[in-house]
Amino acid sequence: MVRPTRKLIGVALAMLALGACSQPAAGPATTPSPSAPSSSQETAPATSSDELVVVTHGSFNLTDELKADFAEESGLDVTYVSPGSSGALVNQLVLTKDSPLGDVVFGIDNTFSGRAVDEEVITPYESPALPDASEQFDHEWLVPIDFSDVCINADLAWFEEQGLAVPTTLDDLTKPEYADLLVVSNPASSSPGLAFLIATVGAYGEDGYLDYWARLRDNGMDVVPDWSDAYYAEFTAAGEGGTRPLVLSYATSPAFTIDEETEESTTVALLGTCFRQVEYAGVIEGAENEAGAQAFIDFLLSDEVQSAIPELMYMYPVATDVDLPAEWVEFAPLSTAPIVVDEETIDAQRSTWIEQWTATVLG
Amino acid sequence: MDRHRARLTSALAWGLAGLVPALFLGVFFLWPVASLVLRGFAGEQGWSAEGFRAAFGAARTWRILGFTLAAAAGATALSVLLGVPGALVLYRRRFPGRDLVRSLVTVPFVLPTVVVGVAFASLFDRGGALGLLGLDDHWLAIVLAMVFFNYSVIVRTTGTLWRRLDPRLGEAAALLGATPLRAFLTVTLPALAPAIAAGASLVFLFCTTAFGIVMVLGGFRYSTIETEIWYQTTQLLNLPVAAALSVTQLAIVTASLLVTGWLQRRHHHVARLHTDDAGVIPLAMRRDALPLGMTALVVTTLILLPLWSLALRSLRVGDGWGLDHYARLGVADGRVLVTSVWGALGNSLTIALAATALALALGVIVSLVASRRPRSRTARSLLWTLEGAFLLPLGVSAVTLGFGYLITLNRPPLDLRSSLVLIPIAQALVALPLVVRSLLPGLRAIDPRQLEAAATLGAGPWHVLRTIELPQLVRGLGLAAGFAFATSLGEFGATSFLSRPDNPTLPVLVHRLFSLPGRDNYGTALAAATVLAVLTAAVMAVAERRRPEGVSAW
Repeated sequence: MVRPTRKLIGVALAMLALGACSQPAAGPATTPSPSAPSSSQETAPATSSDELVVVTHGSFNLTDELKADFAEESGLDVTYVSPGSSGALVNQLVLTKDSPLGDVVFGIDNTFSGRAVDEEVITPYESPALPDASEQFDHEWLVPIDFSDVCINADLAWFEEQGLAVPTTLDDLTKPEYADLLVVSNPASSSPGLAFLIATVGAYGEDGYLDYWARLRDNGMDVVPDWSDAYYAEFTAAGEGGTRPLVLSYATSPAFTIDEETEESTTVALLGTCFRQVEYAGVIEGAENEAGAQAFIDFLLSDEVQSAIPELMYMYPVATDVDLPAEWVEFAPLSTAPIVVDEETIDAQRSTWIEQWTATVLG
Repeated sequence: MDRHRARLTSALAWGLAGLVPALFLGVFFLWPVASLVLRGFAGEQGWSAEGFRAAFGAARTWRILGFTLAAAAGATALSVLLGVPGALVLYRRRFPGRDLVRSLVTVPFVLPTVVVGVAFASLFDRGGALGLLGLDDHWLAIVLAMVFFNYSVIVRTTGTLWRRLDPRLGEAAALLGATPLRAFLTVTLPALAPAIAAGASLVFLFCTTAFGIVMVLGGFRYSTIETEIWYQTTQLLNLPVAAALSVTQLAIVTASLLVTGWLQRRHHHVARLHTDDAGVIPLAMRRDALPLGMTALVVTTLILLPLWSLALRSLRVGDGWGLDHYARLGVADGRVLVTSVWGALGNSLTIALAATALALALGVIVSLVASRRPRSRTARSLLWTLEGAFLLPLGVSAVTLGFGYLITLNRPPLDLRSSLVLIPIAQALVALPLVVRSLLPGLRAIDPRQLEAAATLGAGPWHVLRTIELPQLVRGLGLAAGFAFATSLGEFGATSFLSRPDNPTLPVLVHRLFSLPGRDNYGTALAAATVLAVLTAAVMAVAERRRPEGVSAW
């Protein structure tokens, strides 16, 4: 029974932000907002204005209705900008530190969040709207919004036809019976590719991961630039003439390969190979409308948005009490033991890992 | 005394006119790009060339540089080898449907890389039409895709000169007993050499800066300077190394521009000798067997096959065929697609119109200014510099420009980072070089004696401009507009940094659709890409019909 109260606080917060900008003197960006003390731990009052710029990545997607609802609730004039892909997002924030791109950012994931913290492009915010159940993702600076598992997927029909057992572990992928079957995307150019590279570091340690990749390479693994090349062009189950029955994708992908006749999914995610990718929102340091930014983050955590996230962004919402699509419940379970690497290590080593990976795998 | 003053006034007027596009280039290109590059050279204590040390201390950089130059050189050589016979067939011969084939070969040049990448990748995959060649992930696939893009550049530059080459030269050689091959090698080829070389150096320029093709087909196994700049900038934010690479790329580009410029100036002198296309004769199967065969092969396998396989796949529904994916183009279910494909097409067309108008307005001024024929050496070099400066956007990475915008256009009165106005501006920058190259040759082809005669007969500079130069300019305008419009429609690199999630352009939407799970989304992406290709082809077909006769365009 905690959530409704929190939601109320969220709405109240938004109303306060609204109140702040309806004051006649509230014109330019830096009017202190009365809502600040109730929400943030810092001592400086939150800035506010009647405009809000939301910075996201290319895969961000909210329906027009949801956007209109937020605009109405908050009374803000909201602009959505997406200046690039998810990896580039944090770097763009770093680059524009002295004149921020906007007020609130959505789409920083845990493969890049360490950098956002390290470079202090984010103002810490703890949203009262964050459900208790999502505390596993709790972050000191950022607010978790959704998550997914990046896992190897297998084409069930292909394995059945060949009379071959579906592999289950990372080690299986290096066995001779699975030679020339796997395609992954490049960690230098693709976000799932980077997630999987980190997963191998988590599983084999910094001393062992390169050896693992060398074994994958010797076992005939193929590398393509991004997810869509891997999944659509190379994967056998995508129906585009691909030749590889094992592909790096998401735990949710099997929900999109349901056979109309059998009503069963033709693919499965190998849940022992997963890295858990968490997407965060955050208040941008130096935002002209911190109150609005906080209200937007609370809105992303509202039931309305959380329940829409699976269909809009193909991610699991952090709120556990919203209804998931039926196909997800049946065919897209999450890993019970995802591989975890802490964000400080990721941030410190990311480029080294990619460099060494490139040298080992691509030569 | 009066004449001197008139000349001075006119020079001043042209100088002022040239200032408008120069200012545009300065604010929207040079400033953002220079700011980002300079940031890479700003060390902790003052300026530092650490980036160069870091970049060129790594073996990887040398490998990348080597591959960039080798792939570009290989693709250029192959384009010339295939393009010269193509120029003969498509410009020196007459046959029904020739105009159609001509516009067809131009289509790849303006096709969005998103589309080309997908078309080619599917072609070389093991399941694809050319899968047997085993070129999947092979560097040769990259080179072939580069030829696909640039074949028309050689055909066009060479063909427009060849068409007007005096046939009597070859006839005389034949009379003197030379075989057709010998006549070609000793008479025709040397005469065409400046045009071929100018085309080749352009192709080289386009190939060294290729991005999408290398990304999709190279899979980072093969990186070029351009993809490395993208990686160092967006993924690592390693500005020192990115800056060092940008400067290196700029040096290569500038060198090839200088060569192009020098060869083209030689080209004008040659081109003026010929005025009609008396040398164009009907195609004869027997005599033209070799060039015809080569051209037919290139057009069918290299140009039509990738496009055909794309279109075919967009019609594939489950195990059968149908228009289902096309039916989804109008759907904005408000969930997966906030904007329908048609909606995005609407955005693209509006933006392309604005970008075309902008590129034409600026292109006309630049062409007029650059076609002045001042007597002083300094003034002439100034004009070459101006012309060359407007080609630079071809040689700078879209990432550098996009990131440059973020750190420069961020304060009033130029707080444009989140403004949609930047999209047509960036696209106009990309289209401008093509516009100038379509307009300038026509102006330069005006016989100086005609201008002098007009002046002697008492026509003022304004009168000469109106009655001689502008009509010539207008004739090239159709082609220029076509190039600008098609380029803008397909532009992805710079646009992807500026586009808004709620009103994407078509290439941005296609890119997004490809990244979504679900067969339907993939099919819709293929259908949308096909629509984009067909539209671009239609624009180029119309533009080709409006091309000026008797003028050698690039």
